Order: sequence, then structure tokens, then C-alpha cells
Amino acid sequence: MAAETVEVPLYRLAHSRSGDKGDTSNLSLVAWNAECYAVLVQQVTEARVAEWFGYRQPRRVTRYLLPGLEAMNLVLEGVLDGGVNDALNLDAHGKSLSFHLLDLPVTVPAALAGTLPDLPPLPD
Amino acid sequence: MSSSSTPCLVGCATGFSGDRTDGAAPVVRSLAARGGGTLIFETLAERTLALAQLARNQDPQAGYEPLLDDLVGPVLGDCLRHDIRIVSNFGAANPPAAARRIATLAAERGLPAPRIATLHGDELNTPEQRALLRERLGPVLDTLEVVSANAYLGAQEIAQALAAGAQIVVAGRVADPSLTVGPALAHFGWQADDWARLGRATMAGHLLECGTQVTGGYFCVPGLKDVPGGLHDTGFPIAEIGEDGSFVVGKADGTGGLVDARTVKEQLLYEVHDPARYLTPDVTADLSQARVQELGGDRVAVHGVTGHARPVELKVNVCYRGGWLAEAEISYAGVQAEARARLAGETVARRIGTALKLRIDLIGALSILGDDDGALLGRRAPGQARDVRLRVAAEHADRAVAERVLREVTALYCCGPAGGGGVRTSLRPRLNMMSCTVPRDAVAAGWTMTHEG
Repeated sequence: MAAETVEVPLYRLAHSRSGDKGDTSNLSLVAWNAECYAVLVQQVTEARVAEWFGYRQPRRVTRYLLPGLEAMNLVLEGVLDGGVNDALNLDAHGKSLSFHLLDLPVTVPAALAGTLPDLPPLPD
Repeated sequence: MSSSSTPCLVGCATGFSGDRTDGAAPVVRSLAARGGGTLIFETLAERTLALAQLARNQDPQAGYEPLLDDLVGPVLGDCLRHDIRIVSNFGAANPPAAARRIATLAAERGLPAPRIATLHGDELNTPEQRALLRERLGPVLDTLEVVSANAYLGAQEIAQALAAGAQIVVAGRVADPSLTVGPALAHFGWQADDWARLGRATMAGHLLECGTQVTGGYFCVPGLKDVPGGLHDTGFPIAEIGEDGSFVVGKADGTGGLVDARTVKEQLLYEVHDPARYLTPDVTADLSQARVQELGGDRVAVHGVTGHARPVELKVNVCYRGGWLAEAEISYAGVQAEARARLAGETVARRIGTALKLRIDLIGALSILGDDDGALLGRRAPGQARDVRLRVAAEHADRAVAERVLREVTALYCCGPAGGGGVRTSLRPRLNMMSCTVPRDAVAAGWTMTHEG
């Protein structure tokens, strides 16, 4: 029988930082630990990320794995509306894009979910 | 010169032009307590140099970092007293003028005259160099009003100037990590093709070059990634580089902030594309096998970095005048606030028609995550946000056309939806940029000891 699974946002498994060069954004994604890293490698694929950022029409998404850091580097080309010199966005650098990535839902075993950091529930 | 058996200490006190200016003193105190080292300031983002060039065009004595006095003045005496060299790209478009200003700052403080070196050759403005840029960038260059064209120099000139006894090295455009690699080269006397050592020192420089981004800045998410003690007194970073190029990153003593595996991992990958090929003028650094080790006490060792042969050519940024960026905002609150803000945006769009391509943001509902075309906003059902600020932005080559955005949003006070308040408008010229590479022998990189001390 398959183990019970739950869907959780990526921010419970990893942290992320945005950088920009021209019209390209790179999003590091750093797992909290080896178990989380395994989930990222399996589920945070180039295709999945391209779809998640689809409204920004990336020309290409490339994923580089860094097992020594339990991290990956996601390079999204063409997502900054021309980049810091051309975009009309207030956030022309795309500093906020890492936090869009961290809302991506991933599926994890319920047992793992119970060990992950989470935000306290909002007061009523 | 220090002994090559001791580590090379490099502290960085700014991560960009506009950073906090009080970071240097704790770094200098820490370096002095550890027997000296190098203080670097990174102040030159891509467009900062073009802005500096425009300032120099107005005033031949301007064109360097506007906050130079605030950065250097308070720590100059302690640096000279404690054998702490200063290396920076704060010379921007006018390194000789920055060097003169530092000499004056020393004289005003009654300090002994420092030995100051300036770098030159990054600016590509000879007819031959401009012809080469046209060859690389194409005839479009002829249609542009070029403001600045600069190649990224590397660490060699910095190292040579330090080895010749410079106490302060003033650069214009150099690769940011080279500010750190230069002092390490001078300290250890590495060969120029010692790619593994250069690769490691480059990643040390990469961690330093954004200042507090490795010591708790650009990091905190309350509840998920906290920085104990807050962000008001975050210390700036110090790297301890060993003879084999391996390094430990920490921060100034007695400061706030945080250096741990998480801050270092995030900054290692900051603005990196292929981790096996991080290009600088000095080396192709390779962090694909990097590991980090927390040593405690806000110190983290980085292992596994290496390097490969440097790129054949040098990168060049060409900045040119863009159009006019027009931005205007107005706020709505309470019942149907989001609906009123949306209607206000649609009203402006209908009146401007096809004259301008507008970006519409609903700050408080959806703004910076959206795209310029509004695909995300158009797809999202209107919500019930109760405190929304409409922002309309557009760019046009003609100032008068761009200005229409300001006038239409301002007119919403009377003609727009109910209860619109707080209009603010801005109209600014833009600088755009193109990049290419050029052969190294097209760039006459060098240095001069402009003040002999």
C-alpha cells in the first residue's frame, strides 16, 4: 500500500534567492536537508518550473544540480520583460520571483511533512 | 607585503552604490585586531558607471562614487595606521579624480600622504575600439546615443599596484570578484594561470561583493529564516583566504547579522548561471562541487571549489540613452477599492489608446509578480482588496508622449472613480545597455601610482 502523501508549498522544504543578469533570472533553491533535496530533484523539474512561470513566457528554463550544497540553480531566460533597463515592472530585477517559486506545491510523504518547518496558523 | 604563510584577509564594506556607509569601521577594527588586511568597497552596478559618466560630462572633477567621502573619510586614518589596504571600483568613470579626493581627505585629517594607484584602460573610447564595438554589436550601434563603453578588467592590475606598494587602489570597471582576487594574488604571489586557486579566491570575492547579502541581508523571512537580533546593525563580511585559495567567510566582530550554511549557499549561487562556469576576466570558476561547513561563531568554510582557464575575451557593457520612463500612482481604500482601482486603470488605458503601451499594477492586489503585458492580472478574477494603489507605467522616446501618463493619472482626482487619493508622478530618462566581448589586446589595461605618498 502506498504511503500517505500530502501537498505542501515549496517553502516548507527549501529556501530561495533571486539574482538577475539582463533578461535572465536565476533562482537558487536550497533544501533544508537531504530528504527535502531528494523531493526537489524529483519534482522541481525544468518543465514544472517553466509551467509555473508560464505567464512570464520563459524562453528556456535550465536546472543545475549542486548535490554538495543540497541545492539547485534554476536559470529562467526571458522572464524579466527585457531586464532592469527595459522592464516597466517596479521590481525590474525580479527580486520577488524566488517567492513565487516557493509557492509551488509539491507532494511529500505525510511522515516527512510532519517534520518540516511551517508558519504558525493565523489568529482568528 | 605580508608573509604568504598567513591568511589573506579581505573585508567588504559596501555591496553597491547606495549601500549603508557605516559598515567599514567595524570591518577595519576587526582587520586591525587580526594584523591587517584589505578593505574593499563594491560600488559599481551595471548602470552606475553610465550615471557616473554623465556626471563627469557635466563636471570634469566628478564621475566617481558620490559617497566617497562618507565611505573612506571615517576609516582612512585607521587603515593607514594598521596596514589595511583599500581596493575599490569607486573610481567609476573618473578614478584619477577619486584618487585626488582621497589624497585631499588624508591631508585634511593631517594624515601622512598615502600611496594611491589608479587603474585605467577599462573605458573603450578610441576610434579603433568604437569600430570594434560596432563590429561586435552591429550597425544598431550607429543609431544609439552611447553614454559609456567599458570592459571588465581583472585582478592583475590591482595585484601589480599592491605589490608595488600602493596603500589604496582606485579602479573603474573591474569584475567585482577581482577586487578580492587582486589582494590574494599580491599576498600569495600565485601564478596567473593557477586556475584552481584563482577559482577559489574568485568565489571568496563573489561571496564578499554584495556586502551583507552573505551575513544576513537579503535573507530574512520571519518565521522561516530569522536573523536573531534584527537587521539594523548587520555586520559586513570578512573572508580569510588561505595559500591554496580555500577560504572561510565570517563577519566583522561585535556586529549583528548571521553567517551560516544557509546564508552562504544562497549567496554562492547569487547571479550564477552554470555553476561549473562562472566567468570572470581572471578565471572560469567552478562551484559545481562546492560544499560548506559551519565552523561556529558566524564562520563558514567553503570547500570543493576549483577553476578552469580564463575566458579568451573580455566582457564589455555599452550604455546608451533610452526613452522616458513615466510612472504615476493613485490609491483607493474601503468598499470596492480593487474594483475602483481596476476601473481607474481601464479609464487611463482607454484615453491613451495606442499612443503608449501601458503597464498596469494594482499594488495591494497584484503588482510585482505580474508581467508587463498584464497576462497574470488579466487571468486573475477581480478580488476584494480594500487598500489598493493603482500604478500606471510606460516608456516612450518622446518626453511629451510619456508625460501623458502623468497627466491622465493626475486627472483621475476629479474624473476618475470615487475616492481616489495620493497621486504621485515621476518622469525620468532611462539608460539602456548592451553587452559583447572583445579581444584582450583591444583593451589597454594598466595602472599608475598617481600619488607616491
